[in-house]
Amino acid sequence: MKDIDNPKTENLLIKMVKTTFIKMGVLPFLIILATIIFAMLSDNFLTSRNLINVSRQTTYLVIVAMGQMFALLTGGFDLSVGTILSLSSVVGALAMSAMYAAFPGSVGLVIFVGLLAGLLAGLSVGVINGIGVSVFNVNPFMMTLGMSSVGFGIALFLTGGVPVYGMPESFGNIFGFGKFMGVPTPVLITLGLIFLVYFLVNWTKIGRYFYAVGGNIKASSLSGINTKYVLFLAYVACSFLATISGLLLTARLETGEANIGMTMPLESIAACVIGGVSLRGGVGRVESVVLGALFIGLIQNGMNLARIESYLQTVVLGILLIFAVASDQFRQHLIAKSQD
Amino acid sequence: MINNRDNETSLLKLENISKRFPGVLALSKVDFDLRAGEVHVLFGENGAGKSTLINIIAGAMKPTSGTILFRGQETHFSNAHIARKLGIHAVFQEFSLIPQLTVTQNLFLGMEKNRYGFLKEKKMRQQMNEILKRLDFDLDPKKKIFQLTRAEQQMVEIAKVFGSDLSVLILDEPTASLTEKETQRLFALIEQAKNNKVGIIYITHRMGEINKISDRITILRDGQYINTVKTDSVTDNELIELMTGRVIDQIFPDIEYNPGKTILSVKNLTTVDNSVKDISMEFKSGEIVGMSGLVGSGKSKAMRACFGIEPIKSGSINFDGNELTRITPAKMLDMGMFYLPSDRRTEGLVMMRNVCENITLAALSQPKLSLYSMLLKRKNENELALDLSQRLNLQPLNISRSADHFSGGNQQKILLAKALTRNTELFIFDEPTVGVDVGTRAAIYEFIRDLCQQGAAIVLISSDLPEILHLTNRTYVFFRGELRAELSGKDITEQNILSYFFKKEAD
Repeated sequence: MKDIDNPKTENLLIKMVKTTFIKMGVLPFLIILATIIFAMLSDNFLTSRNLINVSRQTTYLVIVAMGQMFALLTGGFDLSVGTILSLSSVVGALAMSAMYAAFPGSVGLVIFVGLLAGLLAGLSVGVINGIGVSVFNVNPFMMTLGMSSVGFGIALFLTGGVPVYGMPESFGNIFGFGKFMGVPTPVLITLGLIFLVYFLVNWTKIGRYFYAVGGNIKASSLSGINTKYVLFLAYVACSFLATISGLLLTARLETGEANIGMTMPLESIAACVIGGVSLRGGVGRVESVVLGALFIGLIQNGMNLARIESYLQTVVLGILLIFAVASDQFRQHLIAKSQD
Repeated sequence: MINNRDNETSLLKLENISKRFPGVLALSKVDFDLRAGEVHVLFGENGAGKSTLINIIAGAMKPTSGTILFRGQETHFSNAHIARKLGIHAVFQEFSLIPQLTVTQNLFLGMEKNRYGFLKEKKMRQQMNEILKRLDFDLDPKKKIFQLTRAEQQMVEIAKVFGSDLSVLILDEPTASLTEKETQRLFALIEQAKNNKVGIIYITHRMGEINKISDRITILRDGQYINTVKTDSVTDNELIELMTGRVIDQIFPDIEYNPGKTILSVKNLTTVDNSVKDISMEFKSGEIVGMSGLVGSGKSKAMRACFGIEPIKSGSINFDGNELTRITPAKMLDMGMFYLPSDRRTEGLVMMRNVCENITLAALSQPKLSLYSMLLKRKNENELALDLSQRLNLQPLNISRSADHFSGGNQQKILLAKALTRNTELFIFDEPTVGVDVGTRAAIYEFIRDLCQQGAAIVLISSDLPEILHLTNRTYVFFRGELRAELSGKDITEQNILSYFFKKEAD
């Protein structure tokens, strides 16, 4: 069948590399390569303290990337994840500080109301995105780009561009710096969300529908799927996860800020694409997306340790993103050739 | 039958051409030669490799192996541009026109007259008028393509190739949407081109056309070269036998029809885009009803409207005694109707997902596949998919392989399996054998027969006349969105149907 590869000229290692590449994409190679390079550049890189640090710092991106995956699975994407982060942060913080000033005694209620307000603010962006994309057929690019401008403007307007202080200290202590059995709370929450999303996309009907609609919207509609509803849900799910990330980040920073999510659209899409999510929709795994986000965290941490300037770091990230897409094209080519 | 190995010099010669697509060998060591001034028909079933072969000749695809000789010299058509430079032009079934541009702009596309990059509009307009006059085509050069009918678009395509320097002309079922008069005009043009020493490759399924205009015929079957024969040395039946590899009766099964109660009745149906006008039909259990007509005649759209894909302007649809309003595919699936679209890639399957997911996609809401219609029972799902794949003899039998790694015939089997996941009373097959090899074709016919004899109502939408002739006991014939005729039993003959395809009814 194969007329090009000759097994004799190909040694075992190359063959192994090739099958791994076809099966899992470029990510495993990137992780190994990055680990080797940064371990050589900095002695602190491979310490357990540093690695725990990486996982804690990366949780926020992991959550957003999983959200972004929903939009990508359905064949769209969400450029407003950054705005959702900042809007939920600002609204949550404002509500919390106002409530705290009014009822300084009942901290639990204050935190609850603040979280709820932030959640509603974030979700509303997702709902509008969803309606625009599914009902009015607005291109996801334009819809979420537009909403990201709207949301960011509102966040700036609400705060006048300055950070929001005055939240109860215990908010940050629990959700930002808290630990449970030695594991930081944000990491625990992230683990819970990873499990939840994994279950949702693999073991529920609606999860299957995300893949089907993204893979072929016409075939899905002929199979009796309400495709508009599925598209709508994808953007709501995305905004839900982005909002949680925004609130956790607010707790960590102990202020509500309008500009906390600036890099999220690029980084979350990069994490998904490096993790093998197809930009054409219909293909992607939660595990790989999480790994993709962790990889980006690893790179950023490694570059920090190696004292690479932060401006240059964005250059590296951009290059990695393009490299990942290019290598995925090459992978598709190999898959088509190997026919399995 | 004579195998032609005369010493006449060939214009174009293909030797040992093979073409492999992921999962399928579309052409296997095919030979083909074309002489100047002949009409050479490529004959074979859907999926026999004709399209692939002409795509290779036109430079749109590269062969996996084999050589191409043009005027005796080895040539590599690495792209369509090189082929065009040599005077090789093709008119495909899928039009290569740009809908938003005018007739003139399309005609000069890629070879615009210009000076220093500025277009010479006037010169092009003049030339355009000359070409139309020479061809005797009644077309408005200022009209945009999307404003034209399908037949007019076909004429633009033809004008496009006849307007340029020709050495090889490829025509892929050019008469499919033309009227009698336009067809005669085309044949005259072909005759003219023959006299000018153009070699013409002609693809058609119509026996009448083959006898009328062709000199030689090359038969392909399942991507294999079968034979090249002279037209006047072979009978129609021999040709069909060469094409199918068996006597025609063996492909089509005998079917017992037991028309029972009416399942679907359609009254005065008109769609929003007027592609279906005031149509009334009835479908009963235990029978196979054919839907016949040219491309764009509304035969498919009428059924799609019943399934909720085409918006309906007026009319009533009654399914199983229930008058239906606000029709959606989800609702119709629940009522017991299943539509199998003609285009597997764009409407049938989620190509990048695996077989299992594709088969069960339309049935996930059912209790056997999900708990409370939410949580998937993946074990049941796998069992069901495997069971159906086995029953349909899916090759290879691997339900975790993605759909796009299967051959056309096997993709069609996945689609058929999908239709069996629900309780269905009425199956609508839209061109079920397009791009499918003979073996699968026979299997599909048997599949349809079994469903019919088990008491389901079957609607068979088909452009393939033999299919309509051999499988249906009642047939509706469509013409330009209108229902032209209802034929049943012995009245379903090729002449009868074809007469309604083109002409207006006399009375």
